[in-house]
Amino acid sequence: MNLTIKVWRQDGPSDKGKMVDYKLTDISPDQSFLEMMDVLNNQIIEEGGEPIAFDHDCREGICGMCSMYINGEAHGPGRGVTTCQLHMRSFNDGDTIYVEPWRAKAFPVIKDLVVDRTSFDRIIASGGYVSVNTGAAQDANALPVNKDDADAAFDAATCIGCGACVATCKNSSAMLFVSAKVSQLSLLPQGKVEAHDRVLNMVKQMDEEGFGNCTNTGACEVECPKGISLENIARMNREFMFASLTNK
Amino acid sequence: MSLDSKIPEGPIAEKWTNHKNNIKLVNPANKRLIDVIVIGTGLAGGSAAASLAEMGYNVKAFCFQDSPRRAHSIAAQGGINAAKNYQNDGDSTYRLFYDTVKGGDYRSREANVYRLAEVSANIIDQCVAQGVPFAREYGGLLDNRSFGGVQVSRTFYAKGQTGQQLLLGAYSAMERQIGKGKIQMYDRHEMLDLVVVDGKARGIIARNLINGEIERHSAHAVLICSGGYGNVFFLSTNAMGSNATAAWKIHQKGAHFANPCYTQIHPTCIPVSGDYQSKLTLMSESLRNDGRIWVPKKKEDVEAIRSGKLRPREIKEEDRDYYLERRYPSFGNLVPRDVASRAAKERCDAGYGVNQTGEAVFLDFASAIMRYGREAANVQGIHNPDEKTIKKLGDEVIANKYGNLFQMYEKITDDNPYETPMKIYPAVHYTMGGVWVDYNLMTSIPGCYALGEANFSDHGANRLGASALMQGLADGYFVIPYTIGDYLADDIRTGTIPTDTPEFDAAEKAVQERINHFMNNKGSKPVDHFHKRLGKIMWEKCGMARNEKGLKEAIAEIQELRKEFWADVKVPGTANSFNQELEKAGRVADFLELGELMCLDALTRAESCGGHFREESQTDEGEAMRNDKDFTYVAAWEYTGEPSAAKLHKEELKYENIELKQRSYK
Ligand SMILES: Cc1cc2nc3c(=O)[nH]c(=O)nc-3n(C[C@H](O)[C@H](O)[C@H](O)COP(=O)(O)OP(=O)(O)OC[C@H]3O[C@@H](n4cnc5c(N)ncnc54)[C@H](O)[C@@H]3O)c2cc1C
Ligand code: SF4
Ligand code: FES
Repeated sequence: MNLTIKVWRQDGPSDKGKMVDYKLTDISPDQSFLEMMDVLNNQIIEEGGEPIAFDHDCREGICGMCSMYINGEAHGPGRGVTTCQLHMRSFNDGDTIYVEPWRAKAFPVIKDLVVDRTSFDRIIASGGYVSVNTGAAQDANALPVNKDDADAAFDAATCIGCGACVATCKNSSAMLFVSAKVSQLSLLPQGKVEAHDRVLNMVKQMDEEGFGNCTNTGACEVECPKGISLENIARMNREFMFASLTNK
Repeated sequence: MSLDSKIPEGPIAEKWTNHKNNIKLVNPANKRLIDVIVIGTGLAGGSAAASLAEMGYNVKAFCFQDSPRRAHSIAAQGGINAAKNYQNDGDSTYRLFYDTVKGGDYRSREANVYRLAEVSANIIDQCVAQGVPFAREYGGLLDNRSFGGVQVSRTFYAKGQTGQQLLLGAYSAMERQIGKGKIQMYDRHEMLDLVVVDGKARGIIARNLINGEIERHSAHAVLICSGGYGNVFFLSTNAMGSNATAAWKIHQKGAHFANPCYTQIHPTCIPVSGDYQSKLTLMSESLRNDGRIWVPKKKEDVEAIRSGKLRPREIKEEDRDYYLERRYPSFGNLVPRDVASRAAKERCDAGYGVNQTGEAVFLDFASAIMRYGREAANVQGIHNPDEKTIKKLGDEVIANKYGNLFQMYEKITDDNPYETPMKIYPAVHYTMGGVWVDYNLMTSIPGCYALGEANFSDHGANRLGASALMQGLADGYFVIPYTIGDYLADDIRTGTIPTDTPEFDAAEKAVQERINHFMNNKGSKPVDHFHKRLGKIMWEKCGMARNEKGLKEAIAEIQELRKEFWADVKVPGTANSFNQELEKAGRVADFLELGELMCLDALTRAESCGGHFREESQTDEGEAMRNDKDFTYVAAWEYTGEPSAAKLHKEELKYENIELKQRSYK
């Protein structure tokens, strides 16, 4: 395949940034999108330029590191995939492909396609855990968990913290991400004990980080590579209401 | 430097308890006066950092990713072992111990493995308490599955995302301590050297990957939890950033490197598809519970499949060679990884590989789908179901068990494994070798510890499936919190370690000089060019099968390549900015040394054991043949300046509880 790639280049947080065009030839449809970017980068280096910075690590859709906004969609075309799971067979010979970073106030650009998502970590630090010290646990089977709850908790827990939901949302809301963690823990007996404080603290931190409000457009669910469901947001809203009413 | 493994006295089942009762403690008020640096936030580092902070130590944790949650442990799929015996199938601490020692082909330390088996049950308790959503049965209790090389069901899992869920558990425990200020987190930081003061590990030099600043960090102890070095091979199932730099740097500062040649080649990975390939993807071993591995019996069928004239499902049952079931009737498709990988290589070398490159075998779910379908039909009271119904029900069961793996496979290959068998081939996956540690997990540098895949400790020459997660968490949650006190008890009056000392100056200068070399080198080829060439040498000459001639050639070739790398590598950009090529250059420079040491170790170990197969040492049936008389030892290498001049120290392995036998899975 022969392609034109238009990539966002930005030297650092204070640089203004711009789109730059690159031409690529002989790309195999079996190549992954990031392997196409590798080829492009080695081409840039050989021509004496600076390669495009982008985040990636596992390249199998689980670490949540990769984060490209491709042709106007977080993680590009295709549902249920991360950028690294996208293959060039999703594109056609002769295509022009636009590649941009996640854009959100709470995710400032570090360089080119790399953004700072530590706001997500701070939200987890504000309450996304069960307060149990190492060694303080009882036997794992002492507390049976209803399989449906366990499965629902698992589904919520598969969030990879990539931030596509934020990048996609016109309000840059992090509700899907936060609600996934709140749901996972509130569905399990181990997490119920702290459910009230957890939801209040996490929502507070989310607001402080500069994420926007949720207006129920549902774009996040569509672009989420892990299929995290909007039901989690509904559950979190209920939890939040209840906690706000009962916590003084 | 001596090689004292510090294995406690007494019967094996009492060693750990006795040891815990006898080692020194640091009282809670004094823990506040002690700083600990943890390099890595995978299962080993994450669990260690959280546990040490909970106990009161001041922890500084480092990772090169943008968040501790992204450590490579996140990618582990299949599960984690524990001797819980919830299935009532006769499992016990002893049996897990025995399986692990046997699986490791009798090249691991008995006392360490026993302790691992002993604490395994606590790990599951801890993770469940953290909210890790393991798979459960309808009664609400935890479910198990079985993995290769064992005959009990002791593997706990969370679909095909067990590593993710365990890591998120450790990560949340860490974040809780970060929120409390007990852990200072340095993400996007890379440790580039260890600082040794008066013979003790007292700090590190790290590079801030965002702005390139070189930083000094001091502590009373340094824990290296930086993962494995499989990426020496360029292509592996490891994440792109996984590297050996932290381990290699401490090796250069005096930590012995043990058994570097023990690498695990995992039998079930998606085959290489082209030159552009950047990494390989694992298909979890759990698939071998239900998938059957085969190649055609007849060469003409092989040809027909390669050319697309026949589809795999069109090959008649009697024309298929289920070679694992044929060669190993009692373990069948569930033989350990090293055995399964070599068997695949044997068939492909004999010309039976089923893809264009001749390097692939089938992993077929057809019979499992139908078997489960029939079971499900019975359960649902459907009498005399037709094939279609059975298939549909069976697909559902399989989707429930392995859905995400099937999906992953389809995304990469564009083939639907519900309808046609997967194609798989072995790939580099895990490194059993690593930094030498004693029973306390301390390296040969006082105050410097190594945990998780970075150390060599528990898996001998071959690791069993679902045992790395167990070991990482055992080290971090249940071993280091005790053993580190024994060392730190002497440091309660030391006070904060200053960083404005000659030792820090020298370490920083060395780091800076290396970076300057890269930036000023007017080379012509990108880092990847050299990494790929190194990988090729390693795969061909120090991969699934090794021999004296090849290893000697490999050593010479790597030395040449290293020279070329330093003279001709091209690193664009600047040193004081975000520069991924510079990061890679440093990592590949270290791989180029480690690779040579791996070959030297493989050459020295003139026996076959576990994942290390020396062609000169095999039985008539082509199985690995150990030489217990000459090689029942841990090879611990001391750095002397050049990898090829490393000095060998031997730690004799004593088997007092398990009798050494030729491993058999027939
Ligand atoms: C695809 C795959 C599937 C697997 N599945 C299973 C399974 O089902 N069951 C099982 O038991 N095992 C499995 N394994 C093996 C297991 O996942 C690993 O052995 C284990 O997770 C390693 O954990 P770790 O904590 O030692 O290191 P890692 O998780 O690799 O963590 C390394 C950490 O060190 C940091 N780091 C490294 N170098 C530096 C540096 N210089 N400076 C700062 N930070 C640094 C990294 O940022 C990272 O945080 C699998 C492995 C792979 C590749
Ligand atoms: S909810 Fe989905 S899109 Fe958002 S961070 Fe989690 S996995 Fe990514
Ligand atoms: S690189 Fe890990 S999810 Fe894409």
